[in-house]
Amino acid sequence: MAAVTSASGGAAPPRGRPGHPLARRRRGFATGILPGFGLSLGYTVAYLSLIVLIPLGGLAVKSAGLTAGEFLAAVASPRALAAYRLTFLAALAAGVANVVFGIIVAWVLVRYRFPGRAVFDALVDLPFALPTAVAGIALTALYADNGWVGRWLAKVDIHVAYSPAGVSLAMLFVGLPFVVRTVEPILLDLDPQVEEAAATLGASRRQTMARVILPVLLPPALTGFALAFARGLGEYGSIVFISGNMPMKTEIVPLLIVTKLEQYDYAGATAIALVMLLASFGLLFLINTLQAFLNRRGAR
Amino acid sequence: MAGAAPRRNRTVVPDPRPPLARAGADSRFTRTVLTLIACGFLGLFVALPIVSVFTEALHDGLGPYFEAIKTPDSVAALKLTLLTAGVSVPLNLIFGVAASWLIARYRFPGKSALTTLIDLPFSVSPVISGLVFVLLLGARGLLGPWLEEHDIHIVFAVPGIILATTFVTFPFVARELIPVMQASGTDQEQAALTLGANGWQTFWHVTLPSVKWGLIYGIILCNARAMGEFGAVRVVSANIVSGTQTMPLRVESLNDQFQGQAAFAVASLLALLALVTLAIKTILEWKQARDFARAQDVAPIH
Repeated sequence: MAAVTSASGGAAPPRGRPGHPLARRRRGFATGILPGFGLSLGYTVAYLSLIVLIPLGGLAVKSAGLTAGEFLAAVASPRALAAYRLTFLAALAAGVANVVFGIIVAWVLVRYRFPGRAVFDALVDLPFALPTAVAGIALTALYADNGWVGRWLAKVDIHVAYSPAGVSLAMLFVGLPFVVRTVEPILLDLDPQVEEAAATLGASRRQTMARVILPVLLPPALTGFALAFARGLGEYGSIVFISGNMPMKTEIVPLLIVTKLEQYDYAGATAIALVMLLASFGLLFLINTLQAFLNRRGAR
Repeated sequence: MAGAAPRRNRTVVPDPRPPLARAGADSRFTRTVLTLIACGFLGLFVALPIVSVFTEALHDGLGPYFEAIKTPDSVAALKLTLLTAGVSVPLNLIFGVAASWLIARYRFPGKSALTTLIDLPFSVSPVISGLVFVLLLGARGLLGPWLEEHDIHIVFAVPGIILATTFVTFPFVARELIPVMQASGTDQEQAALTLGANGWQTFWHVTLPSVKWGLIYGIILCNARAMGEFGAVRVVSANIVSGTQTMPLRVESLNDQFQGQAAFAVASLLALLALVTLAIKTILEWKQARDFARAQDVAPIH
C-alpha cells in the first residue's frame, strides 16, 4: 500500500518546484509533491457515486418512467398544492423570524460579554445536535393547550400545536443556528475603525447601524436565511409530531411523500419528491452563488 | 488570520474574541434590551424544549424512568442505533479524510463541482434520502427483482437503515475537515517528505495531529446525526418493534401509543447525546483556540 501511494498517484502530477507558476497551471492540475492524489480521487469519486449519485440517479430514472398524466395528477393535485403552499409559507415565516432574531443573537454573542454567554453560545448549536424526533415531541408538549407555554397562549386563543403555526415553530427551531453561524464570522471580521470613522464623520449610532453595519450583515444573513429555508422545506421529524398531519390543512410535502409511499403509490411519491428535489437544488445553487459572492467580497 | 482562512458555512471559528469588544459603542440601554431579546429567544425556543424533555421523562420519578428505558424493545432500539452509527460513522470518516485530503491538497479540474456534490445530501430532504433507496433497492425498485432472486433484503431491514443513515450523514466529516486542512497548509508535509518520510508516515505523523480537533468535531457531529436520524430511517424501515426500530422511531411509536412518559424517557437519552456532543464541541473549540494561540507564540524561522 505504502509503495503504491508514495509513488504519487496515477495522474502524473507536474513535478519540479511546487510553487512554480508554470508547473501549477498545467492543464488545471496542481498536485505538487504530496502523494496520494490518485488514491484519494479514486476513493472519493467511487464512494460518492455508490452512496449518493447512484441512489439519486435511481430517482431520476424512476421519474423518467412516469407518464405526463401520472406526473401531473400527483404533482398538481389539490392536496399536493395545499402541501406546497403550507410548506413554503411556513418555511418563509420561520426563515424571516430566524433572520431578525439570528442577527440580534449574533450581535449580542460577538459584541457583548455577560454572565452565561458561553452557555447561550452553546445553545445556538443545540438544534443541530438534537434529534428531530426529540425536538418534535418536546415542542408539542410545550405548545399543546395544556403545555407550559401553550396554556398561556390558549388563554388568548392562540393554538400553536396542531396548526400551521406549529409547522412554522418546528422549522424555526431546526433552522435557528444557520443565520447566527453565518453572520457571526462576518461580524467578528468587521473592522471597528469603519464604525469609528462613521462616528467621527458625524453619523449617529442609528445611522452607523443602518448605513454601515446592516449592509455588511445583509449578504451573510441572506445566505443564512436560504440555508434555514432549505432546511425547513425538507424537515420532517420535528414537524410530524406538532402539526397534527391533517390533509389540506397541516400536511407538509415530506409527509405527503411518506403517506403516498405507505399507500404503495410509488409513482406519486416519486413525482412529488422530484419537485422537492428540484426546488432544493435551485436553492443550493442560489446559496452557492451567494457564498461565492461573499468570498469574493471577503477577499477584497 | 481568521479572515484569510477559506470560509465555509459552520466553519469552526477559533475564539480569540476581544473581551468587551467595543462594547462602549452601544448605549447601556441598547445592550440590555438586545441581550434580553437574544437570551429570551434562545431560552424560549431552545433551552425550554430541552428542559421539558427531562422533566417529562422524570415526571413519574426515577423508577418508571429506568423501567421505560430497560424494556426489551427500548434496549433493542438502543442496540440497533449503536450498530447503525457504528457502521456509518467509520464509513463516512474514511471518506471524509480521503475527500478533504483531495480537496485541500490538490488543484484539479472539476474540484468545485466535486465539493458541491459532497454537500448534496445536506440539501436533500431526509424523506427523499430514504425514498431513493426504496426506489433503487425496494421490492418494486430498479434492482428489486435481482435482489429478491438472490434473497437479499436491504430495504425494510437493517442494511437499509444503515444505508439511509450513511447517505444522510455523508458530508459531515468532510465538511468539518476540509477548511481545517486547508488552513493548516502543506509546508510541514512537504518538509516531512523532503526529509524522507513516505506518504503514510507524513499523513499519520504530520497531517493528522494538525487537524485532529477538526476531525474529532466532524466525527461527533456525524455520530449525533447518525444516532438521531428520523425521516430517512422512517421511510426505509418497516418500523417493526425490536427489529428495525431505532431509538428515534421508538420515541415515535411510544408517543403514538400515548405512552408519553416512556417516549420522553427514551428521548431523554437522545437529548443527553446532544448535550454531550455540544459539551465536546465546546471543549474542542477551546483546545483549538489554545493550539492556535500557541502556534502564534512560536516565532517563525526565516
